[in-house]
Amino acid sequence: MGSVSLSNIRKSYGAVEVLHGINLDVADGEFTVLVGPSGCGKSTLLRSLAGLETISSGEITIDGKVVNKLHPKHRDIAMVFQNYALYPHMNVAENMGFSLKLAKVPRAEIEAKVRKAAEILDLTEMLGRKPAQLSGGQRQRVAMGRAIVRNPAVFLFDEPLSNLDAKLRVQMRSEIKELHQRLGTTIVYVTHDQIEAMTMADRIVVMKAGHVEQIGAPLELYDNPANVFVAGFIGSPAMNFLHATAKGGQCVLADGTALGPLPVPVAEGRSFTLGIRPEHFIIDQAAAPALVSLVEPTGAEIQFTAHLGGASVLVTTRDRITARVGDPIGLRVEPGRMHAFDAKTGQRIEG
Amino acid sequence: MDNIVGTKSRLVWAVNLCALALVLLWTFPTFGLLVSSFRDRDQITASGWWKAMFPAEASLQYRAPAPDSAKLVDGLYVLEGNVFEGGAGKVSAFGTSIREPGAHEVGSSVDAGDGATLTVLENGDFTITSASAMEGSRGMRIFATTVTPARFTVENYDRVLGAEGLGRAFLNTLTVSIPATVIPILVAAFAAYALAWMEFPGRALIVAGVVGLLVVPLQLALIPLLKLHNDIGIGKNYIGIWLAHTGFGLPLAIYLLRNYMVGLPREIIESARVDGATDFKIFLRIILPLSFPALASFAIFQFLWTWNDLLVALVFLGNSADQLVMTGQLKNLMGSRGGDWEILATSAFITIAVPLVVFFAMQKYLVRGLLAGSVK
Repeated sequence: MGSVSLSNIRKSYGAVEVLHGINLDVADGEFTVLVGPSGCGKSTLLRSLAGLETISSGEITIDGKVVNKLHPKHRDIAMVFQNYALYPHMNVAENMGFSLKLAKVPRAEIEAKVRKAAEILDLTEMLGRKPAQLSGGQRQRVAMGRAIVRNPAVFLFDEPLSNLDAKLRVQMRSEIKELHQRLGTTIVYVTHDQIEAMTMADRIVVMKAGHVEQIGAPLELYDNPANVFVAGFIGSPAMNFLHATAKGGQCVLADGTALGPLPVPVAEGRSFTLGIRPEHFIIDQAAAPALVSLVEPTGAEIQFTAHLGGASVLVTTRDRITARVGDPIGLRVEPGRMHAFDAKTGQRIEG
Repeated sequence: MDNIVGTKSRLVWAVNLCALALVLLWTFPTFGLLVSSFRDRDQITASGWWKAMFPAEASLQYRAPAPDSAKLVDGLYVLEGNVFEGGAGKVSAFGTSIREPGAHEVGSSVDAGDGATLTVLENGDFTITSASAMEGSRGMRIFATTVTPARFTVENYDRVLGAEGLGRAFLNTLTVSIPATVIPILVAAFAAYALAWMEFPGRALIVAGVVGLLVVPLQLALIPLLKLHNDIGIGKNYIGIWLAHTGFGLPLAIYLLRNYMVGLPREIIESARVDGATDFKIFLRIILPLSFPALASFAIFQFLWTWNDLLVALVFLGNSADQLVMTGQLKNLMGSRGGDWEILATSAFITIAVPLVVFFAMQKYLVRGLLAGSVK
């Protein structure tokens, strides 16, 4: 039905290559999120998939059919744009039915399909309104409705939630996920927001500077990041990175503080980058000494910034701890929660 | 902007006054022209248009019938008549001497000399009575101050549109203006879309060329173009002037429309492309409706320019009645009927009436933001 396969996609603008050979397979019905910092090529990749950009080399297959040279309308895709791109002079029903009208679908059928999509998206009341009369969330839903009526093999979303306010974003996030579960259509979704990626995706593709850094299920990326970039990008607050050296089976920090046993076997004396998520610290006065330099309570948890072994680390805890700035605390790490990365390449050191 | 905190510039009143002055500068003569066009020649000569709404006061001099013709009624010699000679009017005062034309109230009987008594009624009826027979063949002069009520007439329009040939010229001007507005818009809209959204080699050069053509004065092309028209057999004809106006209007049209279309959100066009629209469909169903404000503003410009044009019409159209445009006819009238203000005012108003209607009908499209709500 709606499987997508990208093999060795390259795209360059003149001499500048922005996509350096992307390989990606999306199974039918899968919700795949492309995530990465701005400028990483994720939108370009999506637009290439939609047929709005030409690619320099590689092969795009949708539903087993090579679509490299196909016009967007023949690719059996529907796209939802960041700024909705509704047609301002048409009302909601006309916006949603436009593609069907272009395809010369009979009017009664268009009406039925639009009505059905409107019901799914709770837009029935709005069908006669112009986009200008809708709120941001409603416009976003119309944009999705426009995609739904076409019943495509693949939905493409290009940062659809970035223009909404924080509360609405959370709501639309669950609506999109619900929609996916209901329709079961393949979705390729681009975002720069790793929380969106984590909450919605079946599979996340982390991109950086035109390269795919890692592909995997959200928790897999979280628990086993392949490199420093993925480790730092996924998760909020971000992972702490410390310079460490392997000494006697222990991770020893720059000032000689031993933080615990090595997570993976590392050659004695080799220095590496130690990654620890803020929530994996345990406050234990008997452990490695640290000095609190900032306290930020968020309600559900408290964030400490502390000096540990000559570096600054972020610690979150659900315990109600009444430490103040300047207080000494002890920190240790939950067993098995440390990550070791090569100091030079940033790649994960496998055991 | 009113709710922005901070002291307002003290010159706001100056700005407002300037705006008011400009508005008055515009509307006052226009209104005067309109009022004048409904007055007859005598009214225009007698008083300014701003007095048109009030009854006009005038002095009237009437010579009564010869005293010989007085009839004998009940032992008195009586002369009767009406100072308006059958016309309508209202007398407010009368007199017997040119020095005091309004000395007496209507209805009073006054001594008219030689033993005669004069009475003038409001409706202009007068009676001269005398106990003795009046002699002589020259009648007495009666002076009356009359009040004519405000009066408007459409006679001028009747005359100007018919006998003076402006009606025919009006149709000729419409025949020139409407196609000369529609054709360039049609051509320019296509060109502007291509220059804004279709990628082809040399696009930037063409745009630069169009901008360059904006500054070329059209007088440069008049003679060569006319020669060309004669050579290819169009001659002095409506087709010729349509083509000429189209050519002269295209650079501005393409420039304006292209700049507007380039500003339309790219996503809308891409979205339409994903929805399955071809370039032509995108142009027709998305770009054209969204460009309506730009199309309307250019249409206003082009229509006014072709409507008011004299030069191009003189060059590319003949002088016969079925080809003479209104500006040409107006020019002729000013030569032949220079003193007839009622004719000129009426002609002038007919000439500006259509531009006024066009402007007021279309101006809302200039300010309406059709794009509101499309993005963000």
